[in-house]
Amino acid sequence: MLGSSAPFDANDVTPVAAGVLSRGGEGMRTVGMKRVGLDTPEMTEDWVGCLVRIRDNRDEAAFVEVFEHFAPRVKAFLMRGGSDNALAEECVQEVMATVWHKSAMFDASRASVATWIFTIARNKKIDVLRKQRRPEPEDLPWGPEAEPDQADIIGLQQENRQLGEAIASLPEKQRALIEKAYFGDLSHSEIADETGLPLGTIKSRIRLALERLRHAMDNT
Amino acid sequence: MTHSINHHLSEKLIAGYAAGTLPEAVNLIIASHISLCDTCRAEVEAHEAVGGAIMERVESAEVSEACLSGALDLIRNGAWSALDQRVAAPDPVLPAPLRDYVGGTLDDVNWRPVGMGVKQAVLETSSEATARLLYIPAGTAVPDHGHSGMELTLVLKGAFSDELDRFARGDIEIAHEDMQHTPIADVSEDCICLAVTDAPLKFKGLLPRLMQPFLKI
Repeated sequence: MLGSSAPFDANDVTPVAAGVLSRGGEGMRTVGMKRVGLDTPEMTEDWVGCLVRIRDNRDEAAFVEVFEHFAPRVKAFLMRGGSDNALAEECVQEVMATVWHKSAMFDASRASVATWIFTIARNKKIDVLRKQRRPEPEDLPWGPEAEPDQADIIGLQQENRQLGEAIASLPEKQRALIEKAYFGDLSHSEIADETGLPLGTIKSRIRLALERLRHAMDNT
Repeated sequence: MTHSINHHLSEKLIAGYAAGTLPEAVNLIIASHISLCDTCRAEVEAHEAVGGAIMERVESAEVSEACLSGALDLIRNGAWSALDQRVAAPDPVLPAPLRDYVGGTLDDVNWRPVGMGVKQAVLETSSEATARLLYIPAGTAVPDHGHSGMELTLVLKGAFSDELDRFARGDIEIAHEDMQHTPIADVSEDCICLAVTDAPLKFKGLLPRLMQPFLKI
């Protein structure tokens, strides 16, 4: 599970640079919507540490930090999917409350916090906007020996940062296509057979984390 | 546990599942396959990382103060029951997502005979695609058929062979439009599959074609 020792110590967390809630209208292209810089300084925030504080201490300050960063992004994602403002905010509340309640399910050796919140938001979108059930795979429950090493967590989180940088440096046309696919602007038949993204290392890391879980399950 | 699987999902299906743009029945067969296949589960989770990176980096929309206070209220006072706890008991044949749709284990499947000893049970999903469980007695052939769309078949028990290859538990066959095939169950064991089609099947021969409307396939 999540480690609570360094380098994801709660004390390392720096304050959120800009309070999203109080952000004014300056620099916004459309009302309430803005493009996020592709390499925003917030990317270096210790979101894993926040999740640990939520899980272990029910820390509301950590929740507010996570909310201020992710809620506007989840909202933009839902609105791109066709939700109006009021429905999007209602869904954002539920998505963020799910983050709180399911924090013990988050596995930092398999996903970044952004990835995990994306999956919750995606499922909410399917549920509310497409009015469908979302079949989820069998859970891989934590066994007594399932604690991932800090090294595995750091490795995976680094991979995620590099993936984000790789996406940012793609040619504009290719990036726009991937963006559209994930915001649901493309039907699945329009998604390219090959995304061309460098996912090899991240897949191997996740695969190792899954093997660790399977091994722990077999020993219980 | 999962190393013997030889037939996997395509990258296109993996990306679509991660992005959340596929029909419900297709999501169901993918969730069932990755419950049995860690290779494809890792692929899905890697593609979800792409979704996370894009959500984090692309766009944000201003959120009202009321939204935060509403969320705080939900975490303090919201009833959080075992809302999405899985209830059905484990089953050696049906992985968890299928147990959710069957509402129980293999014993609870509502089989309907469709001829030649073959039985099926249509699972309730959105109408863009159809999911059904198929029970094929050992050594039996499913009528020769082609597809006007895509057909995905996941083996849950036993095995079948067709013109292309042999498929056993956990294997998924992706049959496209132009493919004509006759799956035959192994003689040693009855075969149970999950089949998903995004368009009606086209059977050769008159009798199966006449039956098609009744089979709901």
